[in-house]
Amino acid sequence: MLSKRKLTTIGLAVSLTVFAVGCKKKVAPPPPAPPPVVQPPAPAPAPAAPTVTQFSAEPDTIQRGQSSTLRWEVSGTATSVSIDNGVGTVQATGNHRVSPSDSTTYTLTATGPGGTRTATATVNVSAPPPPPPPPTPQRTVSLEERLSGDVQDAYFDYDKTDIRADARDVLTKDSGALKAILSDFPNSTIQIEGHCDERGSAEYNLGLGDRRANAAKEFLQQLGLPADRMKVISYGKERPQCTEQNETCWQKNRRVHFAPGQ
Amino acid sequence: MKKLAIIFGISAGALLLIHAQDRTTIKITGGTKPKLAVPDFRGSGDAQRLMAVFNQTLWTDLQNSGLFDLTPKTSMPLFIPQQPSDFQQPREPAPGRRGRQPQPQNGGGHWMKDWSDPPLGATHLAFGYTAAQNGVLVLLGWVYDLAQSNPANAQLIGNRYAATVDEAGARKIAHEFAADIIAAGGGQSLFGTHIYFTSTRTGHKEIWRMDFDGKNQRQITHFNNLTDFASVSPDGTKIACTSWVNGPPAIFVFSVEPVRKYSFFNQTASVNATPSFTKDGKQILYSSSVGPGCCRIFIANLDGTGFKPISPYSSIDVEPKVNPRTGNDIVFTSGRSGPHQVYRMNMDGADIERLTPGNGEAGNPSWHPNGQMIAFSWTQGYATGGYNIFWMDVANPTQYKQLTHGEGKNENPSWSPDGTHIVFGSTRRGRSQIYSMLADGSNVQQLTDAGENMRPVWGK
Repeated sequence: MLSKRKLTTIGLAVSLTVFAVGCKKKVAPPPPAPPPVVQPPAPAPAPAAPTVTQFSAEPDTIQRGQSSTLRWEVSGTATSVSIDNGVGTVQATGNHRVSPSDSTTYTLTATGPGGTRTATATVNVSAPPPPPPPPTPQRTVSLEERLSGDVQDAYFDYDKTDIRADARDVLTKDSGALKAILSDFPNSTIQIEGHCDERGSAEYNLGLGDRRANAAKEFLQQLGLPADRMKVISYGKERPQCTEQNETCWQKNRRVHFAPGQ
Repeated sequence: MKKLAIIFGISAGALLLIHAQDRTTIKITGGTKPKLAVPDFRGSGDAQRLMAVFNQTLWTDLQNSGLFDLTPKTSMPLFIPQQPSDFQQPREPAPGRRGRQPQPQNGGGHWMKDWSDPPLGATHLAFGYTAAQNGVLVLLGWVYDLAQSNPANAQLIGNRYAATVDEAGARKIAHEFAADIIAAGGGQSLFGTHIYFTSTRTGHKEIWRMDFDGKNQRQITHFNNLTDFASVSPDGTKIACTSWVNGPPAIFVFSVEPVRKYSFFNQTASVNATPSFTKDGKQILYSSSVGPGCCRIFIANLDGTGFKPISPYSSIDVEPKVNPRTGNDIVFTSGRSGPHQVYRMNMDGADIERLTPGNGEAGNPSWHPNGQMIAFSWTQGYATGGYNIFWMDVANPTQYKQLTHGEGKNENPSWSPDGTHIVFGSTRRGRSQIYSMLADGSNVQQLTDAGENMRPVWGK
């Protein structure tokens, strides 16, 4: 629906159009001549912007605490050359040692009448490697381990305390090991345990074990071991190595054994 | 009056020594053991629940005494007398007359001859009853001699016993009644005696103690180490033993009630071991390596002071035992002639003589209380290490008697204080356990089963 106001506007427009058509019949003046063509003066050539021919960090990766050298070369006309991150204004060509604590990207800004050019160089800082593990410690070998590793038991005949030929060989080898052990453990004493198989009475075997331990002690003493660092103890048949009832087992139990002194 | 006491079916001449006592009230008939009838006793009221324990204890004590043949319960008359008034006299046989009831042939248990006639054929009858009275368990117990014709003359024992109303009390009155019966039979009850031994049940060898019948086992030492070789003083109040707790084997002495450690000075030596007490209980003999080496027999005061050697140094001398009767000679084990054997010497070390023949190994000598016999272990007739229990008369060492026969290893015999029994260690059922037996080797009873148990010694 048209409002009353719009109808008014339309009517005005129609009347103006009628008026305009009625003026078309007048003659128009000629247009002015075009202006003469004038060549504009050539502008002065603009000065060239400076060129950054090099900006680098050598090396570009350092460990924290080390330093890197920034090298740069700016050609062309530059009125000012500066590097950020605390380096400041620099010559057009030069180098500068930096020791950033973290990875840093340096920006070189060369400004000349012809413009500004920038270049970047990054120094990567790596954390230093963790300290290497301490050198493998010399593992502490206990007296007990040394004795069980280096010193052999010596064996006896049934109801005998004589040092057999095989026991002589064993004890002779043992004497070298025992000397080394006594010197490595200067405050130690060695306990020579005397043991028996299960066949004699427990009471008698106490004595037999003591005699075996003493026989071994005397033998070692002759080979130069100090008597005051060897103690004897008899366990009779109370601490058997082996509990079967056969000669193989009994032989294992008729022995002297070396243990740390108490 | 004939002696009852000779009850072993063995070498009566040697064993006559054991029971030479005058006080004997149960008579032997026919030269054999008294045939004792012990029917089950009953209890009135609250006491009845304890009677299974009571009857078992009474039977076992009498059985183990070896003094009696116990008649089988299954052959007993139906009526069990509980007090003297339960007995009746058989009526005089009336002359048989036509039309009359025949005379009864027995009293069904009311007559003493019901017990002495076949099939039971007992010579003695133990009877009685128990009751819980005012919080006390009371036993009235009698023993009658069935050879008497009149009950009024038959009483040998008629006693009253009292204890707490529980199983321990029931066991106590049974032990006490049995002790009186055994005493009347010429023996001594083992009730009240104790056995000390070594046990591994805690994981360490320690010295333990138990009653004669294996009851009331309790730990004496708590070294948590190797502890072994107990011996008991003649009065039963102290033990001595060997422990490795301080390093080399050393001697320790304890009182047992309460358990308290005495101080004992050990000589500086690699071996101080296998102690035992002198007859007066005031000194200790032991084996020591002090001086020339292992080992001589030493004697010292109870605190270890005043020590001096007895045996001359020759070989390994261990486990000395002083004669408990004379107090002046010693048996011990020595390797001086080869495989270890049992020897005897005077208290001053003189007159050393070998008692065992020399073949095989022999050791563990243990004096009979009479001071004339020893029990010992010996491999004679068996492989090395195959020990059996023997005994011999020290004055006549060529006469010996073998009591065990190869059922495992049998070692460390020790006589009961009355000399009727021997306790020993045996592996006959696998692990070593403690067994008791009569001195003739019969009636073997196992006393322990926890852990391994060995080296018993029987004390008061």
